[in-house]
Amino acid sequence: MTTYLRPALSLALLMTLVTGALYPLAVTGIAQLAFPEQANGSLVHDEQGRVRGSRLIAQESNGDGWFHARPSAAAYATVASGASNLAPSNPALAERVTADAAGLFRADQGPVPQTLLTTSGSGLDPHLPPEAVAYQTPRVAAARQIPVERLQALLEEATLHPLIGPPVVNVLALNQALERMAPVAK
Amino acid sequence: MHSYDYALLLAFFAIVLLPAPWLGRFYYKVMEGQRTWLSPILGPVERGCYRLAGVRAEQEHNWKQYTLALLAFNLAGFLLLFAVLLLQGYLPLNPQQLPGQDWSLALNTAVSFVTNTNWQAYSGEASVSYLSQMLGLTVQNFVSAATGLAVLVALCRGIARRSASTLGNFWVDMTRATLYGLLPLCLVLALLLVWQGVPQTFADYAHALTLQGTDQTIPLGPAASQIAIKQLGTNGGGFFGVNSAHPFENPTAWSNLFEVASIILIPVALVFTFGHYVKDLRQSRAILACMLSLFLIGGATALWSEHQPNPALDSAQVQQSAPMEGKESRFGTTGSVLWTVTTTAASNGSVNAMHDSLNPLTGMVAMANMMVGEVIFGGVGAGLYGMLLFVLIAVFLAGLMIGRTPEYLGKKLQAREVQLLVASLLVMPVGVLILGAIAASLPGPAGAVSNPGAHGFSQLLYAYTSATANNGSAFAGFGANTVFHNVMIALAMFIGRFGYILPVLALAGSLAAKHSAPLGQNSFPTHGPLFTSLLLVTILLVGGLTFLPTLALGPIAEHLSLGF
Repeated sequence: MTTYLRPALSLALLMTLVTGALYPLAVTGIAQLAFPEQANGSLVHDEQGRVRGSRLIAQESNGDGWFHARPSAAAYATVASGASNLAPSNPALAERVTADAAGLFRADQGPVPQTLLTTSGSGLDPHLPPEAVAYQTPRVAAARQIPVERLQALLEEATLHPLIGPPVVNVLALNQALERMAPVAK
Repeated sequence: MHSYDYALLLAFFAIVLLPAPWLGRFYYKVMEGQRTWLSPILGPVERGCYRLAGVRAEQEHNWKQYTLALLAFNLAGFLLLFAVLLLQGYLPLNPQQLPGQDWSLALNTAVSFVTNTNWQAYSGEASVSYLSQMLGLTVQNFVSAATGLAVLVALCRGIARRSASTLGNFWVDMTRATLYGLLPLCLVLALLLVWQGVPQTFADYAHALTLQGTDQTIPLGPAASQIAIKQLGTNGGGFFGVNSAHPFENPTAWSNLFEVASIILIPVALVFTFGHYVKDLRQSRAILACMLSLFLIGGATALWSEHQPNPALDSAQVQQSAPMEGKESRFGTTGSVLWTVTTTAASNGSVNAMHDSLNPLTGMVAMANMMVGEVIFGGVGAGLYGMLLFVLIAVFLAGLMIGRTPEYLGKKLQAREVQLLVASLLVMPVGVLILGAIAASLPGPAGAVSNPGAHGFSQLLYAYTSATANNGSAFAGFGANTVFHNVMIALAMFIGRFGYILPVLALAGSLAAKHSAPLGQNSFPTHGPLFTSLLLVTILLVGGLTFLPTLALGPIAEHLSLGF
């Protein structure tokens, strides 16, 4: 029995040392040197140096003067993240989408883009497709009393076009740019 | 489908297929102890491990010794992990002061990570400390994959060797698989992921004041190092609760490509490793063609299905397009479906979209991929040894059809081998149908489903399929964190892992002992399109047909009732 016991225990401990301690420490060391911003959570600061969020984590925004991120099944909770896990056949999904669509629908804009009515996988989706941002521009323009055209220019500038993925807009970055352009009346 | 969708698919297949012949040869050299460019760096570490553990590297094991060593090592790993999870509240590196896990959850989690399943009945950021993530879960991510690789090379040696009594040394195989096979690739992937935005820090969770003036906690941690091995080791257990749907776990379309390709990078390469063991790369190509065909059939079905708008939303004021419930904007439909198909074809089980919200037939492809026993590339090592079992069954069936003793690469398949093959065929039905039926027929456990109708049954079916296939993904609305399901799913994972490993090692021992008959004119060739087709049909009929009735009750019934 000891022929198996000693190698089993000592290799379990040695592998713990190598893969559980040395490896994550090495990755942390290199990452903190090479990519400190990303390694620490892509945090976004304001002029006073306060942390205002992470570029990668959606924030709840519900005022008329802000662009709203995708709906979150977990109410934008970060600990723990969560999804609706509603099946396509679950009547609760159709009920929620129908009710939300009725609230967001604008006759001049046509039917509501799907991403504004469906909850994301993480509940923290930081992006929106450009058409879902465009749908919100009349509301934001009215609330901030600026021409819609300026918002459309802002949107075009903020749209990312990855070669291998759909075009997206980072909602937090967009809202920050918006705040710089036309601060909301306090 | 847009141009970026085609670009994604093209890039994916290029990353997994182009380096495979070279990487497969690298794995052969590493596992046979030959010198590679990594030897000057890792050689001293490897020899140091043997010295401290009292392992004599040149001493080989017969199949029973190999099995005992494997079981002893897995038991030691299980006990260490179980203890860490129970006691994490008293251990350091726990900035959020998370308490220890409840016994049934700790048992489930420990079995889950030791068996390379990585089923998660918990949410990482809310219930596992940094220490448990590293010293507990990351370690098992590595060594469970290394264990799979060790079993595979033992079987390869069994097929390749003639009149031999030994299969190699488990300690050596496991150590080499970890150090050379997994660590270097993980280091590269982890840094690529940090570059794209995955956190890697030991700092406490950050606190932010949002633009609208509310407080937000931002969870952090040594995530990239664990996510790299979770993808490459076909483990799949997320650092964060929603796995690779979490923007910190998978921040961009590019990180999505790197992660999804990493799932099958090693399993594809290992098909070529097998060819080097048996000195016949035509065998590798036949197996790879079969795996690719099954992957493409499932992939095309899932892509078509998931691009259909949900008829239940027809009456709402919504721009109808491919459903986005449970999906992330940055991946879109194709990036999500590619992941779903890959993660279930390989026994990875990480997700970047919520499988519960997929269209019914997309969910069915995910289940079917698992039900055939995770042989479409499959887990590291585990996928190919599962596939080789099907190869032997196909050879046996061909032997029955043409009326001669079946033989594979000169090795005759006799009563003992066929008994072992049949034993391995029982694993999936026992885990899915028997354990699943028990869970479905008890009112308490069946109450864990969160969706009504046929989809509720699919949730339970998915859970027991995923556990037995050692996949680990879920229809995540299923409330699995109860004592009953924690214990039963742990049992399913245990059967699904060791129910294969034991017959495979016995088979390897039995094949190694045989002398090899020279291939004659009348031997049934096990390469070329004819054999590939036979293998494909065998997998679908022997592996898949058993489960067709359950799929009819779940996803097919849901599909029809929705009126697609």
